[in-house]
Amino acid sequence: MLLTGAQILLESLCREGVDTVFGFPGGAVIDIYDELPRYEKLRHVLVRHEQGAVHAADGYARASGKVGVSLVTSGPGATNTVTGIATAYMDSIPLVVFTGQVPTSLIGNDAFQEADIVGITRSCTKHNYLVTDVKDLARTIKQAFYIARTGRPGPVVVDLPKDVMQAKTRYAYPETISMRSYNPNYTPNLKQMHKVVDLLKKAKKPLIFAGGGVVLANASEELTWLARALSVPVTSTLMGLGVFPGNDPLWLGMVGMHGTYAANMAMDSADLLISVGARFDDRVTGKLSSFAKQAKIVHIDIDPTTIRKNVSVNVPIVADCKTALLALREDLSEDLHKTSWEEKHGSWLDKLRGWEESHPMSYPTEGDSIKPQQVVEKIYEISGGDAIISTEVGQNQMWAAQFFRYLRPRTLLTSGGLGTMGYGLPAAIGAQVAFPDKLVVDIAGDGSIQMNIQEMATAVSYGLPVKIVILNNGYLGMVRQWQELFYSRNYCSTCLHTSPDFVALAKAYGAEGIRIQKQEELVPLLTRAFKTPGPVIVDVVVEPEANVYPMVPAGASLSEMLLV
Amino acid sequence: MRHILSILVENEPGVLSRVVGLFSGRGFNIESLNVAPTLEENVSHMTISTSGDDRIIEQIIKQLRKLITVIKVVDLTEMESVDREMVLVKISAEGTKRAEILRIADIFRCKVVDVGMSELTLEITGDRGKVRPIITLLQRFGIKEFARTGPVSMRRSMQLEDLV
Repeated sequence: MLLTGAQILLESLCREGVDTVFGFPGGAVIDIYDELPRYEKLRHVLVRHEQGAVHAADGYARASGKVGVSLVTSGPGATNTVTGIATAYMDSIPLVVFTGQVPTSLIGNDAFQEADIVGITRSCTKHNYLVTDVKDLARTIKQAFYIARTGRPGPVVVDLPKDVMQAKTRYAYPETISMRSYNPNYTPNLKQMHKVVDLLKKAKKPLIFAGGGVVLANASEELTWLARALSVPVTSTLMGLGVFPGNDPLWLGMVGMHGTYAANMAMDSADLLISVGARFDDRVTGKLSSFAKQAKIVHIDIDPTTIRKNVSVNVPIVADCKTALLALREDLSEDLHKTSWEEKHGSWLDKLRGWEESHPMSYPTEGDSIKPQQVVEKIYEISGGDAIISTEVGQNQMWAAQFFRYLRPRTLLTSGGLGTMGYGLPAAIGAQVAFPDKLVVDIAGDGSIQMNIQEMATAVSYGLPVKIVILNNGYLGMVRQWQELFYSRNYCSTCLHTSPDFVALAKAYGAEGIRIQKQEELVPLLTRAFKTPGPVIVDVVVEPEANVYPMVPAGASLSEMLLV
Repeated sequence: MRHILSILVENEPGVLSRVVGLFSGRGFNIESLNVAPTLEENVSHMTISTSGDDRIIEQIIKQLRKLITVIKVVDLTEMESVDREMVLVKISAEGTKRAEILRIADIFRCKVVDVGMSELTLEITGDRGKVRPIITLLQRFGIKEFARTGPVSMRRSMQLEDLV
């Protein structure tokens, strides 16, 4: 039987197990939308801006572990996805983004709504395709999903010219895939693993440092086992939050620019650093020449380019985090009960506890104003940690990282690498689609939330009960904080004088709006918001000039923290 | 230090742009770049001459390998290799200068590929060690036009380590 390109696309999505597509129609993809209602297994979520479609697919992917899918039209539809794609690329999130394209005969003619999206996204996708022949379509889709989810995951763009969507061919979805130029390696070199065991046996001050790769590889359980079995303390990057329970005594908190005192000091003093699925980003390392200078470094990562990119390591291991940790567990089985690990690391753990006690996470509490950190703490307490948190970018993101205890992986959705303001609301929508019954909270700022506020209409129209908690300080707070600390309080363009009335705005969209202005209202009104069935914007008026501490100034060493 | 990378890629639209975009996007250098189809269908061969310290070269190679359309990357600098590039050079050659240019061409085994009333075009083929001195020698006659391919390279069949 002959199928059109549009039918082949939708059939293939079903074959890939896709159940949700976040999209926005347009002229170049109208043939696909014409077929869409016939595919009942595919749920289409109509967003209000294509950037929202990609962030929502990204939030869906992060929360569920599946590949996120979005579908947009050519030209502006495609260019609007770029920030979303770059966001997913920086955080290695598996997405397949289908973009419409003008008919092949018009490509290059500056046709209406034409953009060279394959050219534009070349540097922010794992791979991308322009399909020029309907006969290549099924194989290309198969490859796109395969590339997106295997190895180090990432976004793949597939550009679909209108005539290819209309053309017909015989359809057979490939069962297998083989690409001579793409064969990601999952298994570690066993000799290297033996070296890790030796280093672990010798180390007096070991530290496990987890990154987003542990989430992507679903290796949280193996990592947690390793830490507990050997009594090794754990810290993580922003992307790694949740891979180790935030309420475990071995947990030190996040490391880096806004990391905890104990985690940063541990990094500075450790004699063995086991990095799993982290890429030593500049926000984590601070000044490279003094980073973990006492430590032998083991670096486990699936992507060979991350190894020795920023930091010299002693034992590089290119492998899938889960496979590597399982191999390490196997390798350790002999030594596991020969050593009293807790005793061996006892004085190190005491030292860390000392740092935690002398410099716990804290914030100034004087005055009547609501403190933004306190809002995040209350969200944790009310939800009991059983929530999916998304964030925008800036102070809200850092407080969400510092004051909520993530107990499980895939419970924090945040734009770590690219730092995309406007990510949180559409990502929360995507997560809520994946988990309709979960509490999904976007911890937002009054600046960031306005970057994709139009997605309120999406949340309302699908009855997605996302809770948006705006830490409203009237500033672009993180930039203001830098201006305060490093630019002589020159608050240029960071004061938001004319934000909308967020409560009225919520109501205008058909959602619930709640404003919290007093300390005593905080818990009851947040509780009420979380119990409200539909989407709610909670506008919390907070201390305007609160800062995120600890803070390692850009370019300083991790041990040189500015404290509260 | 200069490195010559030999790269096999899938011969498909955009592959050159992926490779070049990688260099520009990550701030790596390209001194020269050569690309042509191989005998195998759908495979092209690129020779890139680049420079950087060990860490940068390691990153360049790893990043190239990470590209989905790249099949193989070899750093020929790490082994014995044969390098050749070709230069076409048009030199002003009036009166007595002509004989002198032809003598130099003869010494370096260059070919005269075109002659005009007051100019000569030479084809120079060789490695850097040959091309550089000829160009220096010819410069004083006045070079009117200059086209250079950049090197193509191949691993030598017999490596020094095999002989020891």
